[in-house]
Amino acid sequence: MNGPSTPTAVADAAEADLTAVQPAVASTRVRTPWTEFWRKFRKQHVALVALAFVLLLVVVAVLAPWIAPYDAENFFDYDRLNQGPSWAHWMGVDPLGRDILSRILSGARISLAAGFFSVALGGIVGSALGLLAGYYGGWWDRIVMRISDVLLAFPGILLALGVVAILGSSMVNVVVAVSVFSVPAFARLVRGNTLVLKQMTYVEAVRSIGASDWTIVMRHILPGSISAIVVYFTMRLGTSIITAASLSFLGMGAQPPTPEWGAMLNEARADMVNAPHVALFPSLAIFLTVLAFNLLGDGMRDALDPKIDRQ
Amino acid sequence: MASYLLKRLLGLLPTLLIVAVLVFLFVHMLPGDPARLAAGPDADPQTVELVRKDLGLDKPLAGQFVDFFGRMLHGDFGTSLRTKRAVSDEVGDRFMPTLLLTLASMAWSVVFGMGIGIASAVFRNQWPDRLGMTLAVSGISFPAFALGMLLMEIFSVQLGWLPTVGADSWRHYILPSITLGAAVAAVMARFTRASFVEVIQEDFVRTARAKGLDERVVILKHCLRNALIPVVTMMGLQFGFLLGGSIVVETVFNWPGLGRLLVDAVTMRDYPVIQALVLLFSFEFIVINLTVDILYGFINPTIRYR
Repeated sequence: MNGPSTPTAVADAAEADLTAVQPAVASTRVRTPWTEFWRKFRKQHVALVALAFVLLLVVVAVLAPWIAPYDAENFFDYDRLNQGPSWAHWMGVDPLGRDILSRILSGARISLAAGFFSVALGGIVGSALGLLAGYYGGWWDRIVMRISDVLLAFPGILLALGVVAILGSSMVNVVVAVSVFSVPAFARLVRGNTLVLKQMTYVEAVRSIGASDWTIVMRHILPGSISAIVVYFTMRLGTSIITAASLSFLGMGAQPPTPEWGAMLNEARADMVNAPHVALFPSLAIFLTVLAFNLLGDGMRDALDPKIDRQ
Repeated sequence: MASYLLKRLLGLLPTLLIVAVLVFLFVHMLPGDPARLAAGPDADPQTVELVRKDLGLDKPLAGQFVDFFGRMLHGDFGTSLRTKRAVSDEVGDRFMPTLLLTLASMAWSVVFGMGIGIASAVFRNQWPDRLGMTLAVSGISFPAFALGMLLMEIFSVQLGWLPTVGADSWRHYILPSITLGAAVAAVMARFTRASFVEVIQEDFVRTARAKGLDERVVILKHCLRNALIPVVTMMGLQFGFLLGGSIVVETVFNWPGLGRLLVDAVTMRDYPVIQALVLLFSFEFIVINLTVDILYGFINPTIRYR
C-alpha cells in the first residue's frame, strides 16, 4: 500500500529510470537529495492524498472561525437537540444543541497544535541526547539512559496526569507533558541505532581517515538514523494527538465547552444510545487526522530510504 | 553474561532512588498545603496543625524523605484521603484486574502483530502485505477510547453478545483487551515488517537460500533472530503504552483496575494513592526495561561484550 511497494509504483519507477537514461533528460536534471526525495515521494499516491488531507486540515485549522457555519461554543439550536445529520447541520446536533460540524472544525486547530509542538520539542531533544549517548558511551551514556529509564518509567498519560495534578487541567500543560514523554523514547531509539551504526566498517573507515567526532556523528551516523527518527516522529505525532485527546476524554486536558475532539467524545459518552452520531464524528475526525499523519510519515520514510530504490 | 546481568541489576538502584525522590517531592509540588489537603477543606487551623504533625510534615525535608523511604520499604503508603483505607489495600484490590488485562492484551497483540508483520514481509507487495498493513495503519490511528466505545456499542449494546462493564468473567476481558491491544498489535506488525524486509535483503539470507536451505528455515532461523533486535526494543516501549492505555480503557469499560483508581485519585487529589501508583507503575517499567536490555544482550552478542 505504500508507494514503491505497490506494483503500479514499481512500474512507474522502472519507467522513470528508463527516461532518465536518455541523455537530454539526464543532463538537464540536477539530482539534489531534495529533488530525489520529491521524485520518490510523489510516486506514492496514498501518501500524496494524505499530504493533501494534512494541508487541508492546516487550512481548516487556521480558517476555522470564518468557515464554520455556526459558532462552535455559543450557538444553541434548541429545536433540534440530538438530531442526526441534516442540511442545516451536516454532522447533526449535540445534546446541548450545538452544531457538531462547527465544533469539529474548531477542534482541528487544538489537536494539530498540540500534536506538532509536543513531538517537535521531544524529538529534537531526544534525538540529540540519544546520538551523544550512543556515540560517546561511558558515563554520559549512563546518565542519559538512567534519566531516560526514569522518564520512560512514567507512561505518557501517567506523566501527564501527574503534571495535571500539579499544574491543573489545561491543553498547554498537556503539550508539555506529552513532549517530555517523547524525549526518552527518541533518545532510546536513536541510541540503539547509533550503537549498531558506530560499529559499522564505514564509520571505522571515516574515523581512520581522521574525521572529527562532529563529522562522524552528523554526516555518517545521524543520516543512518533519520528514517527511524522520521518513522517514529510520525508515529508519535499520531500518538501525541491521540494522547492529548485521551487526556481531554478523561477530563484532564481541554475543558468543556472547548470543542476539543476528545472532550467532545467524553460529553457524547453520556448518551450513546439516543445519539451515537455525537460520538461518531469526533471519533472519525481523530481517526482520519491521525491516519493521514501516519500515511504521510510512511511515504516520507520510503522516500527518504536510500535502500528502497535498489530493487 | 553474568557480569552483564549484575551490572544491569546494580544500575537499577540509582533509578529507583531517583523515582522515589521524585514521587516524594511530588506532594510538595502540589499547589497548596499538603496538610490542609489531607485534613480536608472544612478543617479548622488547629486540626490542620495536628494533621501536619501527624504526617510528619513539620520536620525538615530530608528527615521527611527518610521517613517516607523507610515506610515505603515496609509497604506503608499511608491512607487514602478519599476512602480512609490503607493505600496498600486499595492498590492491592485493583492490581490483579489490571495485570491480567495488560498481559492478555500484550499476549494477543504480540502474536498477531508479529504474525502479520512476518507475513507482510514474506509476501511483500502481495495481498497479505497490503491487507496486513492497511489493518496496522488503521490500528495505530484509531484512539483506544473511540474504539472501546465503538466495540461496546456494536457487541454489547446492539448485538448483546458480550457484557458492557465490569471484570467478573473471562468474557468481560474480550472487549477491553482487544481495545487495549489493537494499537500495540499494529505497531508490532509495522516494526516486525520493516525489520524483516531489511533483513531479508541481506547477503547472508541470499547465501542461506543459495546453499539450498528450506525457505522456512531461512525465515525462522536466519531472519527472525536478526530482525528481532529492533522488535524487542519496540516491545519494551509498547509495554509503557499498554499501562498508559489501560488508564483510558479502564475508564471506558468501568474496569476495577489501577488505571481507573489513578484517574479517580487525580480527580479527587488523593495524593497518597497517586504517589503509590506512580511508584508502582515506575517499578513495573524499570523491570520491563531491564528485561528488554537482557533480551537485547541475549539476541545480539556484540552488545553484550562491549
